[in-house]
Amino acid sequence: MVDVAMQGSQAAQVVSSRSSSLRRTMQRKSTIAFFMALPLILLIALLVVYPAIYSMHLATLNKSMQRFVGFDNFLFLFKRETFWKVVQQSCIFAITAVIFKAIIGFIVAHFVHNIPAKGQRKWRGMLLVPWVIPPAMSCLAWLWLFDPSYSAFNWILGHFGIGPIPWTGDANWARFSVILVNIWIGAPFFMIMYLAALKSVPDQLYEAAAIDGASWWQRIWYITLPMMRNIIAITALFSLIVTFANFDIVQILTAGGPIDLTHVFATWAFRLGIQGNDIPLGASVSLFMLPILGVAAIFILRDITQRGNES
Amino acid sequence: MKTPKLTRRKFVATTAAASATMIAAPFVRTAGAAGKISIGYWDHWVPGANKATQTLTEEWAAKEKVEVQIDYIPSQGNKNLITIAAEAQAKSGHDILAFPTWEPQAHAELLEPVDDIMADLIKEHGKVNQTVEYLGKVKGAWRVVPATVGSQIKGPCSRIDLMKSLAGIDVQQMYPAGGAPKADNWTLDTFLKAAEACHKGGKPFGIGLGGTTDSIDTAGAFFHAHGAMLVDDKGNVTVKSDKVRQALEYLTKLAQFLPPDAPAWDDASNNKWLVAGNGALIMNPPSAWAVAKRDAPQIAEQCWTHGFPTGPNGRFAPFLPYLWGIWSFSKNKEASKSLLRHMSTRAAAERMVAASAGYDLPSFEKLTDFKTWAEEGPPKGTLYHYPNPHNHQILSVTANPAPPKIAHQIYVQGVQTKMVVRLLKGEKMEPVLAWAESEVEGFMRT
Repeated sequence: MVDVAMQGSQAAQVVSSRSSSLRRTMQRKSTIAFFMALPLILLIALLVVYPAIYSMHLATLNKSMQRFVGFDNFLFLFKRETFWKVVQQSCIFAITAVIFKAIIGFIVAHFVHNIPAKGQRKWRGMLLVPWVIPPAMSCLAWLWLFDPSYSAFNWILGHFGIGPIPWTGDANWARFSVILVNIWIGAPFFMIMYLAALKSVPDQLYEAAAIDGASWWQRIWYITLPMMRNIIAITALFSLIVTFANFDIVQILTAGGPIDLTHVFATWAFRLGIQGNDIPLGASVSLFMLPILGVAAIFILRDITQRGNES
Repeated sequence: MKTPKLTRRKFVATTAAASATMIAAPFVRTAGAAGKISIGYWDHWVPGANKATQTLTEEWAAKEKVEVQIDYIPSQGNKNLITIAAEAQAKSGHDILAFPTWEPQAHAELLEPVDDIMADLIKEHGKVNQTVEYLGKVKGAWRVVPATVGSQIKGPCSRIDLMKSLAGIDVQQMYPAGGAPKADNWTLDTFLKAAEACHKGGKPFGIGLGGTTDSIDTAGAFFHAHGAMLVDDKGNVTVKSDKVRQALEYLTKLAQFLPPDAPAWDDASNNKWLVAGNGALIMNPPSAWAVAKRDAPQIAEQCWTHGFPTGPNGRFAPFLPYLWGIWSFSKNKEASKSLLRHMSTRAAAERMVAASAGYDLPSFEKLTDFKTWAEEGPPKGTLYHYPNPHNHQILSVTANPAPPKIAHQIYVQGVQTKMVVRLLKGEKMEPVLAWAESEVEGFMRT
């Protein structure tokens, strides 16, 4: 009887210890954070992870999607002249746009940072407008500005005896136009990120540098840039990925023309997959940059983590 | 206990259905006794033209006691192509969909054969043109029924005054309202001379050389007029042929007289060109004229829609049909077939043509004499020759007679217009042909 009572008590202790350990787990900040983030994780799994895996599956099928062909679609693409042109253009588009967005964002962030706090909010708001407007809408406005026959820019330039410029009709001008619009839309994002980074640089560092007689350039080179290094790397990485995946600007302004000279991965994938009904090939084009950007992301993020640990 | 499982197919099906519903607010009619069907019609450009399909469908639903749901799916931004691709993947969605030109061939194995309907329709309304047969039949079996709504011929729409004053051509005399064409002299050479004259006169022909359908269709018709094809009906690549060279030489000459920004034109550019009064001719269905009637009536009064010039291989005009198909996974195939029969009657076609102010075209030879085309104006009779009533031109689609799956790629990639633009940019003929050959060989993959 005593044994039975002892066993009952032990069982109760086990149950009680289990429930208290569960309670402890539930009360941990990380657990709470996990559960709070769970809806978002599920949403991402549903809307990002699933389509990504599904597109990988599609990329391994033949044109009629009835047969597994492994990497044949990629091997086929590697033999196509147009594909390499798209690779080249995507790189020109993304790298040029990100460099200019970063430079413009950096300069404008400094200007805004130096505006007295009272009027700064208005400027921040106004400068964010291009980034806040849905790209599909702003691109339509740009399309009218660049219209082949009725370009508003050409109308203005005409008053000065310049032009007309074939904004979307000539390959180089068309490339310039799509990159310009991408910079216009994306630079405010860099500006706001850099502004936040600038505000976090302690004033004492600049004061110490001023006492040491550092020039404006030395302050930028030895204080501002090192202090902003992580944010610059993350912003550039993030923007590079998004710019490589850009679709709307090119699709609306040039649809990849003239003669395929402004196509980027997304527009070319759409042309092949949806318009040309070759979904596996389209999926392969859209996945081509995944390993390259993935490796780049690993290196950049590892570098950032290392610097974080060092500091 | 069996737990409900969210399969990939169910997930894609739900997503596709949700997307389709979001594209257009549905019109739902509940009568219900004989089941339910959902239809995805093409969302018409012409304001008010959707009303005809809605009313006709409602009338049929009331008679047959079928509950119907109609979605009007626009082609802007390729939303209809995305819907078709999603439903084909999910094997779920609408019962009937409006398929643009090449889509039935791409999804033929998922479409219900409609030989029974087509046999009756051909018996009643006469033969369909060869382009409809080429696009709608797979291995000898009809997979779709040609839709009146959205089908169009993209022939010349000329300015009567400018063609007369600049090129010395009376288009009304050549294509008289109510009478047979007197267009024997309307040849490729005449066309080229007229293009040159109008260019000199500051009113160039508004023909695009871009990557969208209007440009591709026009280039395709000129290729056909020369008998030039990039791939023959057996799938052999025939890019490096004399006929292709001749067609390219002709188009490059013509391109000298087109607006300098023609390589950047899209499907709206030619419409704007006409409505703004900038040019003497465009290649388009009467939508541009309809817009001019609203926004620039003095220009609309001078517009005349007529036939293509003839070449060494004949007179070809681009025809771009929409085709109604029933998915093989439709849950109510009988009702769907019954609706397609109803929508294909002469009376129904006539109402659709009237609602679209003459834009829509039935594909059957006995359905080209509706009073809308004879009476629409101003000027009265401007649309008389639009439906090709005297059958004096061959209705064709670019890249025909290549096997449809290859032709589809040639069309979508705009290979012909790209060849012309490359030549215009100064590339030599042989490298351009070599490039095109390599592109076309890439389209052969299965």
